[in-house]
Amino acid sequence: MSLTLAFRNLFHDRVRLAVTLIGILFSIVLVAVQLGLYLGARGMIISMIDRADGDLWIMAYGTKNFEEAQPIRARERYVALSTPDVVSATPLVTAFTDWRKPTGGSTLVVVIGADAEDGGIAPWNVVEGDVSGLGARDAVMIDKTYLAELGVKGVGDTAQVGASRVRVAGLTEGIRSFTVTPFVFTTLNRARQLIDMPADNITYVLVKVRPGADVEKVREAIKAKLPGDNEILTRAEFRERSLGHWLFATGAGVALLGGAILGLIVGTVIVAQTLYSSTKDHLPEFATLRALGSSSGYINKVILMQAGLSALIGYGLGMTIALTIVYLSEHTALPIVMSPGLAALLLALTFVMCAVSALSAIGKVMRIDPAMVFNR
Amino acid sequence: MTAVVTKSETPADVAAASAPKVMLEACDIVKDLGSGAGKVRALKGVSLRLNAGELTLLMGPSGSGKTTLLSILGCILTPTAGTLTVAGRPATGLNAEALANLRRTNVGFIFQSYNLFPTLTAEENVRLVLDVRGERGSDAIVAAQRALHKVGLRHKLKSYPANLSGGEQQRVAVARSLVGSPSVILADEPTAALDSENGVAVMSLLSQIAKDRSRAVLAVTHDPRTVPYADRILRIEDGLIVGEERRAEGVETVHELARTRKRKANA
Repeated sequence: MSLTLAFRNLFHDRVRLAVTLIGILFSIVLVAVQLGLYLGARGMIISMIDRADGDLWIMAYGTKNFEEAQPIRARERYVALSTPDVVSATPLVTAFTDWRKPTGGSTLVVVIGADAEDGGIAPWNVVEGDVSGLGARDAVMIDKTYLAELGVKGVGDTAQVGASRVRVAGLTEGIRSFTVTPFVFTTLNRARQLIDMPADNITYVLVKVRPGADVEKVREAIKAKLPGDNEILTRAEFRERSLGHWLFATGAGVALLGGAILGLIVGTVIVAQTLYSSTKDHLPEFATLRALGSSSGYINKVILMQAGLSALIGYGLGMTIALTIVYLSEHTALPIVMSPGLAALLLALTFVMCAVSALSAIGKVMRIDPAMVFNR
Repeated sequence: MTAVVTKSETPADVAAASAPKVMLEACDIVKDLGSGAGKVRALKGVSLRLNAGELTLLMGPSGSGKTTLLSILGCILTPTAGTLTVAGRPATGLNAEALANLRRTNVGFIFQSYNLFPTLTAEENVRLVLDVRGERGSDAIVAAQRALHKVGLRHKLKSYPANLSGGEQQRVAVARSLVGSPSVILADEPTAALDSENGVAVMSLLSQIAKDRSRAVLAVTHDPRTVPYADRILRIEDGLIVGEERRAEGVETVHELARTRKRKANA
C-alpha cells in the first residue's frame, strides 16, 4: 500500500512529475557526460603507459607525462641491462613534432618510436595494415580518428614530418590522445629522424624485471648507477604522475569533476524543491495517516518511495539520453566512456540525490500536527 | 432484562457483570492552548466515560472545546493535566510514536470532511488502515471489502473518492474506521457536510456500529438530526461537561422521527 500511495501521489500531478523527472534527467546526463569524459580522459592519459611492456620507466628527471619528455642518453639502456634481475631494457622515443598535411597546412603530432621486435610498445587495435609493416621505408601508423585532421584518407597516403616523408602503412582504431594530438607510431630510428633527435638519445627506457624479483630493489640498483638527471618510476607511479599532471595540474579533471558535482547539486535542488512542494500538497493526507496511527517510519517510507520511484524513472530516461551521447561520441577525439561501474555509480548517486532531496519533505511531515485533520 | 442471581454469585458480581464495559475513560482533563498572554484554557477538568455498545453524542456551541476534547480522547493531542485510559491502556505521558501506536490499535476516526485519499480507491482507502498496522495480503483485502459491504458500498470498491457522493465518501470513512476493529470510534461532525438523507444514513450506520458490545462510539456534533440516534448525550460548554442525558429521557426516537417525517411529507 505504501508503494501504491507513493506511486499515486507521484503520478497524481503529472506536471510536477515532469519537472522532477527533468531535474533528475538533467542531472544524470550532466554527471554522466562529465564523469564519462573524465573516464575517457583518464583512459587516454594512461593507455600508453598501461600498454607499454615495462615494470620500470627510466626517464629524464621531472618528466611530467608520457608525451612531454626530455631526451636521455641511450646508454642508460645498457646500465639497466647490466643490473641483476633485469630481463629487458627497451628504448622508446616520444616527442611532439609537426605533421605537414599533403593538402597543405600542418598539425602537431606525438611521434612514438619503438622497435616491435624489442617488445616495448607497439600499435594495438590495428584495423588496416600490420605492425610488421612499420619496418618498411617511411612507414608510420596512425589512428582512424585523426585521418581528417592529418589530411590523409588512409593507408598508402603520404605526408611530411619534420624534413622527412612518411607513408601511412596501417591504421588503428581508438588510440586517442588526451591532448587531442594524434599519435604517430613508427620505428625507433625513424622516430629519431622525424624529430631530429641525435642517435645516442632516447626518451625512455622500459625495464622489464624478472618475474618474482623485487622491483624496488632493482630500481635502487639501477638508480645507483645512473646519473642524477634521470629518474626511475614504476608503472603505477608514472601513471599517477601523468594523471596528476593532465587532470589536476592543468585543471581539466577538476573542471570535469566540478561539472559533475554541479550537476548533482542542481539535480538535488530541483528534486528537493518538487518533492517538497508535492509533500506540502499532500500534507493533509499525511496528517490523516498520522491521525490513523501510522508511525513516522511509515510516512517516511512513503516519501522515500516517491523519491525512489522518481529516481528510477529519471535514471532510466537520463541513461537513455546519456548512452545516446556516449554512442555519438564513440568515434570522436574526446570519447565519453560509460562503464558498468559508472552506470552503477550513477544509479547510486541518483538514489542518494533523491533521498537527500526527500529530507526536506520528511522534515516538513515530521513537524505535522495530526490535529489539523479536524480543521479541514 | 433482569439478571438471574445464582448461588455462587453475589448481587455485586451480577451488577458488575451487567454494567457496561468502559472503553475509554477521561479524568479531570485540562488543556491549555497557546502560550504566554495568548494562553487559553480550552478544557477545564473534563471527566467522562465511553461505554461499550453505546453511541454518545458530544454537543455544544462553537468554541466550547468539543474538537479539543475529541483530539485528546483520540490520543492526537496530549492533555495539560488529567488522565486518559483507552481500552484499559493509559494514554497519558506517552510520546508521539506510542500515542500513534495506541491510535492505530484502539481508535477509529471519522472526519467531517471524510479525509479520504483522493488517489486511492474506496477499498484501498479502507485497506490503508490495515496496512499501517502491518496487516497486508489477501486477508486485508477481504477485511476491507467486508467493511465496505457492511456500509452498503459493495458496488463501489474500485471507485475513487472523486466519483463518490458525499454520503458515499462518509460511508467509506465509516468503513475505514471500522476495519481495524477499534475499541473506540470517534466521529467529528460526521453529518455536517451531508444533506438530510445522507446524514440520516450515516447516523443509522453509526448507531448500528455502536450496538457492538466491544466498541464505544462518540460523535461530536451540533446537528439536532443526530440526537434521535444517541444512547447518551454529553453537553459541553466553555470547556466543561455541563450535562448528561439519555436519549430515552424525552427525546424522539429514530422511529418517531421517521413517522413525524412521513406525516409531514403526506401533509
